[in-house]
Amino acid sequence: MPFARRMLVEERHWLSAEEFTDVLSLCQLLPGPNIVNVAVCVGARYHGVRGAIAAFAGLITAPFFIMLALGALYTQYGHLPTVSALFRGISAAAAGLVVAMGLKMATSRRLRSAMALFAVMTFIGIALMRLPLVVFLLGAVPLSVAATLWRAK
Amino acid sequence: MSEDALVQLATDFSVLSLIAVGGAITVLPEMHRSVVEVHGWMSGAQFAELFALAQAAPGPNILVVSLIGWKVAGLAGAVVATVAVCGPSCVLTFAVSRMWQRFRGARWRAAVEDGLVPVTVGLMLAGGYLITLSADDSWPAFATTAATAAFVLATRIHPLWLFGAAGLIGLAGWV
Repeated sequence: MPFARRMLVEERHWLSAEEFTDVLSLCQLLPGPNIVNVAVCVGARYHGVRGAIAAFAGLITAPFFIMLALGALYTQYGHLPTVSALFRGISAAAAGLVVAMGLKMATSRRLRSAMALFAVMTFIGIALMRLPLVVFLLGAVPLSVAATLWRAK
Repeated sequence: MSEDALVQLATDFSVLSLIAVGGAITVLPEMHRSVVEVHGWMSGAQFAELFALAQAAPGPNILVVSLIGWKVAGLAGAVVATVAVCGPSCVLTFAVSRMWQRFRGARWRAAVEDGLVPVTVGLMLAGGYLITLSADDSWPAFATTAATAAFVLATRIHPLWLFGAAGLIGLAGWV
Protein backbone atom coordinates (compact mmCIF):
# COMPACT_ATOMS: atom_id res chain seq x y z
CA MET A 1 0.00 0.00 0.00
CA PRO A 2 2.81 2.53 0.66
CA PHE A 3 4.03 1.84 -2.88
CA ALA A 4 0.54 2.35 -4.26
CA ARG A 5 0.30 5.67 -2.45
CA ARG A 6 3.64 6.86 -3.80
CA MET A 7 2.72 5.94 -7.35
CA LEU A 8 -0.81 7.42 -7.28
CA VAL A 9 -0.18 10.59 -5.28
CA GLU A 10 3.46 11.55 -5.69
CA GLU A 11 4.49 10.25 -9.10
CA ARG A 12 1.40 10.27 -11.32
CA HIS A 13 -0.68 12.86 -9.42
CA TRP A 14 -3.84 10.90 -10.14
CA LEU A 15 -5.11 11.66 -6.63
CA SER A 16 -4.36 14.34 -4.05
CA ALA A 17 -3.26 13.16 -0.59
CA GLU A 18 -6.76 13.85 0.80
CA GLU A 19 -8.44 12.05 -2.06
CA PHE A 20 -6.17 9.07 -1.47
CA THR A 21 -7.08 8.96 2.22
CA ASP A 22 -10.77 9.16 1.33
CA VAL A 23 -10.51 6.42 -1.30
CA LEU A 24 -8.51 4.25 1.08
CA SER A 25 -11.02 4.61 3.91
CA LEU A 26 -13.79 3.52 1.56
CA CYS A 27 -11.73 0.61 0.28
CA GLN A 28 -10.92 -0.59 3.79
CA LEU A 29 -14.58 -0.43 4.65
CA LEU A 30 -15.80 -2.39 1.66
CA PRO A 31 -15.17 -6.12 1.51
CA GLY A 32 -12.36 -7.45 -0.64
CA PRO A 33 -8.62 -6.93 -0.81
CA ASN A 34 -7.96 -3.23 -0.13
CA ILE A 35 -5.37 -2.78 -2.84
CA VAL A 36 -7.68 -4.31 -5.45
CA ASN A 37 -10.47 -1.98 -4.35
CA VAL A 38 -8.19 1.05 -4.61
CA ALA A 39 -7.31 0.05 -8.17
CA VAL A 40 -10.99 -0.31 -9.07
CA CYS A 41 -11.87 3.08 -7.51
CA VAL A 42 -9.09 4.94 -9.28
CA GLY A 43 -9.77 3.21 -12.59
CA ALA A 44 -13.49 3.95 -12.31
CA ARG A 45 -12.81 7.57 -11.54
CA TYR A 46 -10.95 8.18 -14.77
CA HIS A 47 -12.48 5.79 -17.27
CA GLY A 48 -15.58 4.20 -15.77
CA VAL A 49 -16.04 0.48 -16.21
CA ARG A 50 -13.19 0.13 -18.70
CA GLY A 51 -10.82 1.98 -16.38
CA ALA A 52 -11.79 -0.22 -13.46
CA ILE A 53 -11.23 -3.40 -15.48
CA ALA A 54 -7.91 -2.13 -16.85
CA ALA A 55 -6.66 -1.20 -13.38
CA PHE A 56 -7.73 -4.55 -11.95
CA ALA A 57 -6.07 -6.50 -14.78
CA GLY A 58 -2.92 -4.42 -14.49
CA LEU A 59 -2.66 -5.05 -10.78
CA ILE A 60 -3.40 -8.74 -10.80
CA THR A 61 -2.05 -10.27 -14.03
CA ALA A 62 1.70 -10.38 -13.37
CA PRO A 63 1.41 -11.55 -9.73
CA PHE A 64 -1.15 -14.16 -10.82
CA PHE A 65 1.29 -15.75 -13.27
CA ILE A 66 4.16 -15.54 -10.78
CA MET A 67 1.91 -17.31 -8.30
CA LEU A 68 1.09 -20.02 -10.85
CA ALA A 69 4.78 -20.54 -11.57
CA LEU A 70 5.52 -20.85 -7.85
CA GLY A 71 2.54 -23.17 -7.45
CA ALA A 72 3.83 -25.37 -10.28
CA LEU A 73 7.30 -25.51 -8.71
CA TYR A 74 5.72 -26.33 -5.38
CA THR A 75 3.65 -29.21 -6.79
CA GLN A 76 6.71 -30.49 -8.62
CA TYR A 77 9.23 -30.27 -5.80
CA GLY A 78 7.18 -29.71 -2.65
CA HIS A 79 7.47 -33.33 -1.54
CA LEU A 80 11.30 -33.34 -1.58
CA PRO A 81 12.58 -33.47 2.00
CA THR A 82 14.78 -30.37 1.56
CA VAL A 83 11.95 -28.28 0.12
CA SER A 84 9.46 -29.36 2.74
CA ALA A 85 11.99 -28.59 5.50
CA LEU A 86 12.47 -25.13 3.97
CA PHE A 87 8.71 -24.64 3.88
CA ARG A 88 8.20 -25.70 7.47
CA GLY A 89 10.44 -22.79 8.45
CA ILE A 90 8.86 -20.29 6.07
CA SER A 91 5.29 -21.14 7.00
CA ALA A 92 6.13 -20.70 10.69
CA ALA A 93 7.44 -17.21 9.84
CA ALA A 94 4.40 -16.38 7.67
CA ALA A 95 2.14 -17.29 10.59
CA GLY A 96 4.22 -14.98 12.79
CA LEU A 97 3.66 -12.15 10.31
CA VAL A 98 -0.11 -12.54 10.60
CA VAL A 99 0.08 -12.67 14.39
CA ALA A 100 2.12 -9.46 14.35
CA MET A 101 -0.36 -7.71 12.04
CA GLY A 102 -3.21 -8.66 14.36
CA LEU A 103 -1.36 -7.47 17.46
CA LYS A 104 -0.32 -4.25 15.76
CA MET A 105 -3.92 -3.45 14.90
CA ALA A 106 -5.13 -4.52 18.34
CA THR A 107 -2.83 -1.99 20.01
CA SER A 108 -3.53 0.86 17.58
CA ARG A 109 -5.43 3.95 18.64
CA ARG A 110 -8.33 3.09 16.38
CA LEU A 111 -9.45 0.31 18.74
CA ARG A 112 -11.14 2.08 21.63
CA SER A 113 -10.92 0.24 24.92
CA ALA A 114 -14.63 -0.50 25.42
CA MET A 115 -14.96 -1.71 21.84
CA ALA A 116 -12.20 -4.25 22.40
CA LEU A 117 -14.98 -6.46 23.78
CA PHE A 118 -16.13 -6.98 20.18
CA ALA A 119 -12.61 -7.98 19.15
CA VAL A 120 -12.53 -10.57 21.94
CA MET A 121 -15.98 -11.85 20.96
CA THR A 122 -14.89 -12.14 17.34
CA PHE A 123 -11.77 -14.07 18.32
CA ILE A 124 -13.78 -16.50 20.47
CA GLY A 125 -16.51 -16.95 17.85
CA ILE A 126 -14.20 -17.45 14.88
CA ALA A 127 -10.97 -18.92 16.26
CA LEU A 128 -12.29 -21.04 19.12
CA MET A 129 -15.92 -21.84 18.27
CA ARG A 130 -15.22 -21.92 14.50
CA LEU A 131 -18.54 -20.30 13.60
CA PRO A 132 -19.17 -19.69 9.90
CA LEU A 133 -18.03 -16.15 9.14
CA VAL A 134 -21.17 -15.03 7.28
CA VAL A 135 -23.44 -15.94 10.18
CA PHE A 136 -21.10 -14.36 12.68
CA LEU A 137 -20.73 -11.09 10.76
CA LEU A 138 -24.48 -10.71 10.26
CA GLY A 139 -24.81 -10.71 14.05
CA ALA A 140 -21.64 -8.95 15.15
CA VAL A 141 -21.29 -6.06 12.67
CA PRO A 142 -24.71 -4.46 13.31
CA LEU A 143 -24.12 -4.81 17.08
CA SER A 144 -20.68 -3.25 16.87
CA VAL A 145 -21.85 -0.37 14.69
CA ALA A 146 -24.83 0.22 17.00
CA ALA A 147 -22.51 0.26 20.01
CA THR A 148 -20.30 2.83 18.26
CA LEU A 149 -23.32 5.04 17.51
CA TRP A 150 -24.57 4.71 21.08
CA ARG A 151 -21.19 5.61 22.54
CA ALA A 152 -20.91 8.62 20.25
CA LYS A 153 -24.12 10.14 21.65
CA MET B 1 -10.59 -32.89 -10.75
CA SER B 2 -14.30 -32.60 -11.34
CA GLU B 3 -16.51 -29.69 -12.27
CA ASP B 4 -17.97 -29.96 -8.80
CA ALA B 5 -14.75 -28.66 -7.31
CA LEU B 6 -14.82 -25.67 -9.70
CA VAL B 7 -18.40 -24.87 -8.75
CA GLN B 8 -17.53 -25.10 -5.07
CA LEU B 9 -14.47 -22.89 -5.52
CA ALA B 10 -16.62 -20.34 -7.35
CA THR B 11 -19.42 -20.27 -4.78
CA ASP B 12 -17.28 -20.41 -1.63
CA PHE B 13 -14.84 -17.75 -2.79
CA SER B 14 -17.55 -15.42 -4.13
CA VAL B 15 -19.07 -15.43 -0.67
CA LEU B 16 -15.62 -14.82 0.86
CA SER B 17 -15.22 -11.88 -1.49
CA LEU B 18 -18.28 -10.16 -0.08
CA ILE B 19 -17.45 -10.78 3.59
CA ALA B 20 -13.75 -9.90 3.46
CA VAL B 21 -14.20 -6.78 5.58
CA GLY B 22 -10.86 -5.17 6.26
CA GLY B 23 -9.02 -7.04 3.55
CA ALA B 24 -7.83 -10.47 2.61
CA ILE B 25 -6.28 -11.56 5.91
CA THR B 26 -9.58 -11.31 7.75
CA VAL B 27 -11.08 -14.18 5.73
CA LEU B 28 -8.14 -16.45 6.48
CA PRO B 29 -10.11 -18.32 9.19
CA GLU B 30 -13.08 -18.82 6.86
CA MET B 31 -10.83 -19.87 3.97
CA HIS B 32 -9.19 -22.41 6.28
CA ARG B 33 -12.62 -23.65 7.37
CA SER B 34 -13.82 -24.05 3.79
CA VAL B 35 -10.65 -25.52 2.24
CA VAL B 36 -9.40 -27.74 5.07
CA GLU B 37 -12.37 -28.49 7.32
CA VAL B 38 -15.41 -28.52 5.02
CA HIS B 39 -14.06 -29.76 1.67
CA GLY B 40 -10.89 -31.49 2.84
CA TRP B 41 -9.01 -30.31 -0.26
CA MET B 42 -5.72 -30.25 1.65
CA SER B 43 -4.24 -30.63 5.12
CA GLY B 44 -3.82 -27.70 7.48
CA ALA B 45 -0.06 -27.86 6.98
CA GLN B 46 -0.42 -27.65 3.19
CA PHE B 47 -2.77 -24.72 3.59
CA ALA B 48 -0.20 -22.96 5.78
CA GLU B 49 2.51 -23.63 3.18
CA LEU B 50 0.47 -22.22 0.29
CA PHE B 51 -0.32 -19.20 2.43
CA ALA B 52 3.40 -18.73 3.17
CA LEU B 53 4.17 -18.97 -0.55
CA ALA B 54 1.57 -16.29 -1.32
CA GLN B 55 2.96 -13.99 1.36
CA ALA B 56 6.53 -14.39 0.17
CA ALA B 57 5.61 -13.73 -3.48
CA PRO B 58 4.99 -10.23 -4.88
CA GLY B 59 1.42 -9.06 -5.32
CA PRO B 60 -1.70 -8.95 -3.14
CA ASN B 61 -1.88 -11.63 -0.41
CA ILE B 62 -5.32 -12.59 -1.61
CA LEU B 63 -3.65 -14.43 -4.48
CA VAL B 64 -3.30 -17.35 -2.09
CA VAL B 65 -6.67 -18.29 -3.60
CA SER B 66 -4.98 -18.72 -6.99
CA LEU B 67 -2.66 -21.27 -5.39
CA ILE B 68 -5.54 -23.02 -3.65
CA GLY B 69 -7.48 -23.12 -6.92
CA TRP B 70 -4.39 -24.43 -8.71
CA LYS B 71 -3.94 -27.20 -6.17
CA VAL B 72 -7.62 -28.17 -6.24
CA ALA B 73 -8.35 -28.02 -9.97
CA GLY B 74 -5.31 -26.87 -11.97
CA LEU B 75 -5.26 -23.78 -14.18
CA ALA B 76 -9.06 -23.61 -14.42
CA GLY B 77 -9.24 -23.76 -10.63
CA ALA B 78 -6.73 -20.93 -10.28
CA VAL B 79 -8.65 -18.69 -12.69
CA VAL B 80 -12.05 -19.50 -11.16
CA ALA B 81 -10.84 -18.95 -7.60
CA THR B 82 -9.14 -15.64 -8.44
CA VAL B 83 -12.09 -14.23 -10.36
CA ALA B 84 -14.54 -15.44 -7.70
CA VAL B 85 -12.66 -13.81 -4.86
CA CYS B 86 -12.13 -10.47 -6.64
CA GLY B 87 -15.23 -10.14 -8.83
CA PRO B 88 -18.08 -9.52 -6.39
CA SER B 89 -16.12 -7.12 -4.19
CA CYS B 90 -14.87 -5.21 -7.25
CA VAL B 91 -18.40 -4.76 -8.58
CA LEU B 92 -19.54 -3.56 -5.17
CA THR B 93 -16.60 -1.17 -4.87
CA PHE B 94 -17.28 0.16 -8.34
CA ALA B 95 -20.93 0.83 -7.51
CA VAL B 96 -20.30 2.37 -4.09
CA SER B 97 -17.32 4.52 -5.08
CA ARG B 98 -19.64 6.62 -7.23
CA MET B 99 -21.86 7.67 -4.35
CA TRP B 100 -19.32 7.65 -1.51
CA GLN B 101 -18.28 11.30 -1.82
CA ARG B 102 -21.82 12.37 -0.95
CA PHE B 103 -21.60 10.82 2.53
CA ARG B 104 -18.39 12.49 3.61
CA GLY B 105 -18.90 13.59 7.20
CA ALA B 106 -22.13 11.64 7.67
CA ARG B 107 -22.48 10.32 11.22
CA TRP B 108 -23.38 6.76 10.19
CA ARG B 109 -20.39 6.61 7.87
CA ALA B 110 -18.02 7.26 10.78
CA ALA B 111 -19.93 4.76 12.95
CA VAL B 112 -19.68 2.04 10.30
CA GLU B 113 -15.96 2.72 9.89
CA ASP B 114 -15.30 2.64 13.64
CA GLY B 115 -17.66 -0.27 14.28
CA LEU B 116 -15.84 -2.50 11.83
CA VAL B 117 -12.45 -1.95 13.49
CA PRO B 118 -12.87 -4.30 16.49
CA VAL B 119 -14.36 -7.04 14.31
CA THR B 120 -11.44 -6.71 11.90
CA VAL B 121 -8.97 -6.89 14.78
CA GLY B 122 -10.66 -10.03 16.15
CA LEU B 123 -10.60 -11.63 12.70
CA MET B 124 -6.91 -10.90 12.19
CA LEU B 125 -6.02 -12.34 15.58
CA ALA B 126 -8.16 -15.40 14.83
CA GLY B 127 -6.35 -15.79 11.51
CA GLY B 128 -2.97 -15.59 13.23
CA TYR B 129 -4.03 -18.17 15.80
CA LEU B 130 -5.41 -20.65 13.27
CA ILE B 131 -2.58 -20.37 10.75
CA THR B 132 -0.07 -20.81 13.59
CA LEU B 133 -1.79 -24.02 14.72
CA SER B 134 -1.77 -25.24 11.11
CA ALA B 135 1.84 -24.31 10.38
CA ASP B 136 3.55 -25.36 13.60
CA ASP B 137 3.75 -28.82 15.12
CA SER B 138 6.83 -28.55 17.34
CA TRP B 139 8.04 -26.10 19.93
CA PRO B 140 10.91 -24.78 17.75
CA ALA B 141 8.29 -24.01 15.09
CA PHE B 142 6.18 -22.09 17.61
CA ALA B 143 9.35 -20.29 18.72
CA THR B 144 10.05 -19.31 15.08
CA THR B 145 6.52 -17.93 14.76
CA ALA B 146 6.86 -15.98 18.01
CA ALA B 147 10.29 -14.64 17.06
CA THR B 148 9.02 -13.51 13.63
CA ALA B 149 6.07 -11.73 15.23
CA ALA B 150 8.40 -10.04 17.72
CA PHE B 151 10.78 -8.88 14.97
CA VAL B 152 7.92 -7.49 12.88
CA LEU B 153 6.52 -5.60 15.88
CA ALA B 154 9.81 -4.30 17.25
CA THR B 155 11.85 -3.56 14.12
CA ARG B 156 11.33 -2.22 10.60
CA ILE B 157 13.05 -5.17 8.99
CA HIS B 158 11.50 -6.37 5.69
CA PRO B 159 9.51 -9.60 6.24
CA LEU B 160 11.33 -11.33 3.37
CA TRP B 161 14.53 -11.38 5.46
CA LEU B 162 12.61 -13.08 8.25
CA PHE B 163 11.18 -15.59 5.79
CA GLY B 164 14.72 -16.26 4.57
CA ALA B 165 16.04 -16.77 8.08
CA ALA B 166 13.12 -19.04 8.95
CA GLY B 167 13.72 -21.00 5.74
CA LEU B 168 17.33 -21.59 6.85
CA ILE B 169 16.11 -22.73 10.26
CA GLY B 170 13.84 -25.15 8.42
CA LEU B 171 16.67 -26.39 6.18
CA ALA B 172 18.79 -26.97 9.27
CA GLY B 173 16.08 -29.39 10.36
CA TRP B 174 15.24 -27.56 13.58
CA VAL B 175 11.49 -27.17 13.10
